[in-house]
Amino acid sequence: MLIPCPWCGEREDNEFTYGGPAQVAYPSDPEAADDASWARYVFFRANPKGKLAERWVHSAGCRRWFNVVRDTVTHQITPA
Amino acid sequence: MMREPHPHPDHLWRNPEPKRSYDVVIVGAGGHGLATAYYLAKNHGITNVAVLERGWLAGGNMARNTTVIRSNYLWDESAAIYEHSLKLWEHLSEELDYDILFSQRGVLALVHNQSGVREAHRRINANRLSGIDAEWLTPAEVKAFCPIVNISPDLRYPVMGGALQRRGGIAKHDYVAWAFARKADQMGVDLIQNCEVTGFELAGDRVVGVRTNRGSIAAGKVALCAAGHSTVLASMAGLDLPIQSHPLQALVSELLEPVLHCVVMSNAVHVYVSQAHKGELVMGSGMDPYNSYAQRGSPHVIEFQLAAACELFPIFSRAHVLRTWAGIVDISPDASPILGLTPIENLLVNCGWGTGGFKATPASGWVYAYTIARGEPHALNAPYTLERFSTGALIDEHGAAGVAH
Repeated sequence: MLIPCPWCGEREDNEFTYGGPAQVAYPSDPEAADDASWARYVFFRANPKGKLAERWVHSAGCRRWFNVVRDTVTHQITPA
Repeated sequence: MMREPHPHPDHLWRNPEPKRSYDVVIVGAGGHGLATAYYLAKNHGITNVAVLERGWLAGGNMARNTTVIRSNYLWDESAAIYEHSLKLWEHLSEELDYDILFSQRGVLALVHNQSGVREAHRRINANRLSGIDAEWLTPAEVKAFCPIVNISPDLRYPVMGGALQRRGGIAKHDYVAWAFARKADQMGVDLIQNCEVTGFELAGDRVVGVRTNRGSIAAGKVALCAAGHSTVLASMAGLDLPIQSHPLQALVSELLEPVLHCVVMSNAVHVYVSQAHKGELVMGSGMDPYNSYAQRGSPHVIEFQLAAACELFPIFSRAHVLRTWAGIVDISPDASPILGLTPIENLLVNCGWGTGGFKATPASGWVYAYTIARGEPHALNAPYTLERFSTGALIDEHGAAGVAH
């Protein structure tokens, strides 16, 4: 699988470290968040069969983080 | 040790048309779903049951796993359920009247550094306190038990010993599924293939049936048992699960003379290998890090795994890889399953077995059937709730899982 690093271009996936699904917002009012909302923040992530916004870091390259949208069935990547 | 496969029965199961209504609909005819149907009928007398399967029976992870069976997990909750499973395995061929080629050839987990040695001793002691057989082997004893392991101190990751569970072993995965399926079918369970669940019939916060590509089916209870597709299904009912789906790759060599009489695992260099009854070397590889439903993974994961295997087993270096594949595994945050009731009435979930569900097949079916029949969890699955991710009562088995998460 080739992953397009926005700074280095397409590289093989073993140059990267996976950061999991993207767009996970920290609780806006952490003091007020109950156990159930902390559970959602810590443990629950999107897991669609289809397009998934996700994070990667080019750890064997420029070491910068970026987001892509990848289809979890075809592995086809479109820039976020 | 290498027995000739017995001829299996001519007739395994009917292929009935789905009825309009069942007491229990199980979604997923993998090992766990079939075992659940069997124990529902046998232990609880509930036979008005359908097992719906999107593809063909036992064609998902049940056809793709590496068949390792052991019970040497660290925590009490895990030890209890996996040991119950192992005890069921020990009589399963007789019970199901079908030789599933269960072979207790021993599972040897190698360690390669000091922290691994300490962790292995901790787990051996914990296992013994749980009544599970476990013993420590020195490098020389490793060599005596499995002569083809390279214990040279020159290795990049030298073998510093191993933890052995002699009662562990392998079974023939297809036969396990077929044996459960045949018995469930004989007791009246409908096994319905090519029947994909496309939605749920809900009445308020209660599930009353499933929608499928072959029409709607009413159900007293709906029991999800779909491994890597659990979140896809649950989301149709508006239920979120803390599960991520990943490819887990495995491979086999061509058929070889018997060279390996036990199962060898190594978490540190990432090898687990056994030799199947037919003669293939069966090897598990690592989990691809990214979410996927593609049933294929990246080639470098296989390459990494084979490099380690060839260093540990120099005799493998000229064997050929016959084929590789991947299954989609359901990874939970604490590497332990989620098995029980959900906030939606009459909807139950059994998922999160991740990289190691095959060994749990009988116990998973046993306790899931109990939970479905009684409406409350069995003592063995009571800790494996969905609520534990809110309460914090996690069962962290990352160390005992065979594959790094």
